[in-house]
Order: sequence, then structure tokens, then C-alpha cells
Amino acid sequence: MVMDAVLSQYIDAYYLHIMVLIGINIILALGLNITTGVTGQLSMGHAGFMSIGAYTAAIMSIHLGMPFWAALLGGATAAAGFGFLLGLPTLRLEGDYLAMVTIGFAEIIRVFFLNFEPGGKAVGLSGIPEHTTFSLVWLLAIIVIVLNVKLLNSRIGRSFYAIRENEIAAEAAGINTTRLKVLSFMVGSFLAGLGGGLYAHYMTYIAPQDFGFMKSIEFLNMVVLGGMGSIPGTILGTVVLTIAPEMLRIVAEYRLLFYGGMLVLLMIFRPNGLLGDVRWYDIKKRWFGKEVKTWES
Amino acid sequence: MGILTLEGVSQEFGGLLALDDISLNVEEEKIFGIIGPNGAGKTTLFNIITGIYTPTAGKVKYKETHINGAPPCDVARMGIGRTFQNIRLFSKLSVLDNVKVGCHGVTRAGFFHALLGLPAERMEEKEITLRSCKLLEMVGLYEKRMEYADNLAYGEQRKLEIARALALKPSLLLLDEPAAGMNTSEKVNLMEFIKEIRDNENLTILLVEHDMNVVMNICEQIAVLDYGRKIADGPPEEVKNDERVIQSYLGAEA
Repeated sequence: MVMDAVLSQYIDAYYLHIMVLIGINIILALGLNITTGVTGQLSMGHAGFMSIGAYTAAIMSIHLGMPFWAALLGGATAAAGFGFLLGLPTLRLEGDYLAMVTIGFAEIIRVFFLNFEPGGKAVGLSGIPEHTTFSLVWLLAIIVIVLNVKLLNSRIGRSFYAIRENEIAAEAAGINTTRLKVLSFMVGSFLAGLGGGLYAHYMTYIAPQDFGFMKSIEFLNMVVLGGMGSIPGTILGTVVLTIAPEMLRIVAEYRLLFYGGMLVLLMIFRPNGLLGDVRWYDIKKRWFGKEVKTWES
Repeated sequence: MGILTLEGVSQEFGGLLALDDISLNVEEEKIFGIIGPNGAGKTTLFNIITGIYTPTAGKVKYKETHINGAPPCDVARMGIGRTFQNIRLFSKLSVLDNVKVGCHGVTRAGFFHALLGLPAERMEEKEITLRSCKLLEMVGLYEKRMEYADNLAYGEQRKLEIARALALKPSLLLLDEPAAGMNTSEKVNLMEFIKEIRDNENLTILLVEHDMNVVMNICEQIAVLDYGRKIADGPPEEVKNDERVIQSYLGAEA
């Protein structure tokens, strides 16, 4: 697109690269935010769903010669389908147990792709057409953000929060918690698959080790750092944690030390995440002295 | 036939018989009280009616439908609202959002409605907000609608639970110890409030309560449970003078 040509004239390719990664990660992290941050279902296998989206989209592009948009949609849908299949039997588990099942699932997916002939086995899949551009990523990221805001302020979004807060009370309010937990899991994996497809068509090369356990933890960190269930928080967390490793290249091997230290500090000073307990309502009231009207009679 | 009838309901937990052959008939638009010493099975009874437990034996009938075995969310949608003995609010949501969630069972907008922002969805959202605000005004929490539910005082949290249950537009409301932790003047207010909502919303109210003053004052019929058995059932005057009730509360004469 024209915009990309203009941008590459003025902005250093390295910075553009990081900004594209931020955009892709925002889509992925917002997906995990819905499942784990909003609905409270601890998923530690987000990278597994990402890899399903990445491989499906890449194979659709390379082997089936499908157009880019169809490949993206296919990857996202495949991931959501697996989200459904995994969610249905496992979402009656809670907390630690669900976390273990999702870790196991992501590992199974990784081992599967290690042995998957059309995916290039351990060597990985190269020669994926480079379709993902800066403007496309950010266009999609903005659409995802807008839809997230709409969803979380709707009847369905409120019931997601209610499930996180108290499942028994949510049931007593007429919420079918099983069905909505599966839905939330599917939305989360759909966005993971979409991010995966974008990632594959940006890097042009993917391999199973790109989607390991640490990748899942990275996404979880983004959501926790920003504030569980908060959209601006998740975006901030993603930006910080995508840029941080780049800035910490000097201390490359000690990166994880930095991560750990940061999370410890966060738990001490902002236990709800950077923006976890910041509400638009409070900001307006404090800075503009405005009461938000919720009801005019 | 009343709005809610229980026929020979029993509930076993392992070897423990928590409820033994309980039959009740709750008439429409009555305030029905269930009393009994600790561990008598009152809350278990509520959990059976709302579908959290499936009784080991017996039938639960609500408006001519058998509801034993129905999942809690379906029971709620049929019009049975409830509050909890150990308050269960959505503590990290605002007071207003708590009541809005309560509207879930009587509204329809789905996932794609929300994403597309259809006019019907936006209309419904407005209605939900309006109704929730009215309910909050009714229980006197409108001014605090943007507080976190967590930050409310104990008595206010109980009121918020009632408002959330009313958002479901129930025809039967189950209150589990609504007066617990309230002082005398709060209790008087609560009694008036319960009568008021019964009259205004044509509700049937089933309540579990320890405070005899509250129970004797507002209930039109009372059932007494002891060790999972029903030992008395009738109007307050009758129950008050029942020998077995006095025995279970004060002990047998030496």
C-alpha cells in the first residue's frame, strides 16, 4: 500500500519492524485478555493456538495458493475450532488444573508440528509469501481493539466479568457459565490464530520452536503486567514487553532476570497491574470534574 | 396449588441425610419463612430449589413445571431469583454493573449483536441501564452506583444482592438470611422494604432467617426445620406455640 511505501522512506526499517511486532502482539494479547483477564480462565497455551493459526494460514498460502485474506481467516477459524474442542471438556476444570491442561495442549501441538510433513517438520516452513504490512497490521489491530471495547461493554462482556468474579452468582443471574466460558475461549483462540497468520506472513518463516511454552508465558505477562481485563492495560503491557527485550539486547542472557524482577516489583506496587484498576470514569471525574451520566430521567 | 411445591424432597451427602422427606407448599404472593437451628438444612433447601443440587429423592415443582435437575441458570431464567447467605457479589465490578449483570436472564443480545452494535442491541443496553438505575434507587444505592461493590458497607452489600436478584424480574425471590449483620433500625427498614417489593412487584418471597423478630413480623407462613426434618408448618402464631418447635429451640423440659 502507498502508506507503507511512504513510511519506509521516513522511518528506520528497524523501528517499523518493532512496530509491526507490537501490532501483532496486541491482537494476540487482547485475545488472551478475554480468556484469562476478563473471564478468569487461566490459559497458558496461547502460543499453541497461535501456531495453529500460523501453520494453517501458511499452508493455505503456499500449498493451496489461497488469497491472503482467506488464509488469515482460515488460520483464525482453525484456532477457534481447536479452542472449542479443547474448551468443551476442560472448562469445568478450574485454575491450576485448566492451566495444566492448556500447557499440555500447547506442547502436543508443538510436538505435532515437529513431526508434520507439510509443515517442514523441525526445519520449519519457509517461503511464506510476505503479505503482512505495517498498515495492514495496524488496521486489523485497531479493528480488534474497537470490537474488544464493544464486546466488553455488552451483555456478553459483562457476563464474562461476572464469571471471573463469582461463578455461582453468575449462574443465579441466569448466565449459562459453561457456554460463555467456551465462547470466551473461542474468541481468545480466534485472535491468537489471527495473530499467528499475520506473524507467519510477516516473518515468511516459521518453526515449531517459535511457539514454545515461553511464548505463551510472554503473552500472559503482557496481560498481567497491564492489568487483567483492562484493554488499555493489555495494550500498554504489550508495548512495554515487546520493546523491553529490544532495549535489553546488551544483557541478552539476563532478560528473564529482568522479567522476573519487573513482575516482583509489579506485585508489590501495582498488584492489579499497571492499569488494572484505572477506570475512564474516575479519570473524567478527577481531571474534568465531570460526573458521567448514566441515567437521565 | 401454590407457585412452588416440594414433595418428599430428600438430600443425601455421602452418608449424611441433610434433608429428609420435606414437603412444602408456597402460596403465590405470600412471604414464607423457613427457620431452624444451625445445620437444619435451610440453605441446602435453597440450593435444591435453585438447581445447585439435584435432590436424591422427591419432586420440586415451580408453576406446574418440574425443576429438579435443571441447571441453575435455567431455573433463574424461569423466574427464581436469590441472594446468598455469604454474600456473593461481583466485587471488582461497579455497583451498577452488578445489577446490569442481573438483567442477563431477561435480555437477549448475543455476541454478534454486540460486535455489530445493532440498533436493537443499543436499545436493549439503554433499557438495562435505566432499569438497573431504577432498582438502585429503590434500594437507596443510586448515589453509589460507580463504587466497586467491594467498597460497600455490609448492609449495603445485602441490599445490592437483592437489587441484583430483582433485576431478573423474578416471580419467586429467595432471601438467605437478609437481616444478618444488620442493626435494629436497619432490620426495621428491611422488613418494610421486603413487604414493599412483595406488594409492588407481585412477588412471592421465601426467606431463611435467624432473627425471630423479623420472621414473626413479616412472614405469613413459617416452616420449621430441625436436623433435616420439617417439624412444624403454619402461620406464625401457631408455630410459635408448637411444642416441638419450642423443644428444638430451647431444649426439652427436664
